[in-house]
Amino acid sequence: MSLFTITSGIRDEIDILHLDGELDAHTASHLEDAFKTLIAQKRHKIIVNCQSLAYISSAGLGVFMAYIEDIRSMGGDIKLTNMSGKVFNVFDLLGFPALYDILDDETEAVQKFTIS
Amino acid sequence: MPTTKEHSLLVRATTENIAHVRNFVANHASQCGFTHEDTDSIRLAVDEAYTNVIKHAYDFDDSKMVNVKVMCGDDGFHIVISDHGRSYNPDLYKEPNIEERIKLRKRGGVGVFLIQKLMDQVEYRKVGTLNEIVMTKKL
Repeated sequence: MSLFTITSGIRDEIDILHLDGELDAHTASHLEDAFKTLIAQKRHKIIVNCQSLAYISSAGLGVFMAYIEDIRSMGGDIKLTNMSGKVFNVFDLLGFPALYDILDDETEAVQKFTIS
Repeated sequence: MPTTKEHSLLVRATTENIAHVRNFVANHASQCGFTHEDTDSIRLAVDEAYTNVIKHAYDFDDSKMVNVKVMCGDDGFHIVISDHGRSYNPDLYKEPNIEERIKLRKRGGVGVFLIQKLMDQVEYRKVGTLNEIVMTKKL
């Protein structure tokens, strides 16, 4: 069975989700629940740290597709960081780098939120 | 297709089995001689195809079965995923506009696109009530 966990944190008033494991059709609902909870709390500045994300399928990408517009329309964003080459390749196949802010690390993402 | 080794796996159609199915195929792809990168492509294509069977052929009915067969041949690696559910019509396929789907807050609809990007050849067959997707990666 796919293993996937999310560890949440806050840095400079920005929510950070650390993804660990495999994000597929079996585990995508965990990430969906995390986004729903943040949106319900009106917390729209979100960093998703993918350092420990070992695998992603389109079911995982679909969660990012479903929530980014809502979050941006409320003045926030989902910024992705620390992605491995393997995971980046999947985002790249769908053209996500042109549509999402994919950054090297959390510090860079925090700075971009702070500037904007 | 001249084949040398064939292995198969019969599993229930449930998302609980996705990791097992994709790892089963990836292990055989690796043994067949593919690089890590190609093996990762095969792993993802199989995940997408098996997930589509669960969702679209069987509507998440986990009492249904899916057969996964792999063959390592001289010409490449072949994966056949079979079901007896609702068949997919590849003639209706249209390349997804990701930006538009995001604007419409739509998820999914990109699995077939990924399979086609990742594999060298993709074929859909229908024999009676049996549906098969045959995916090939050249060595």
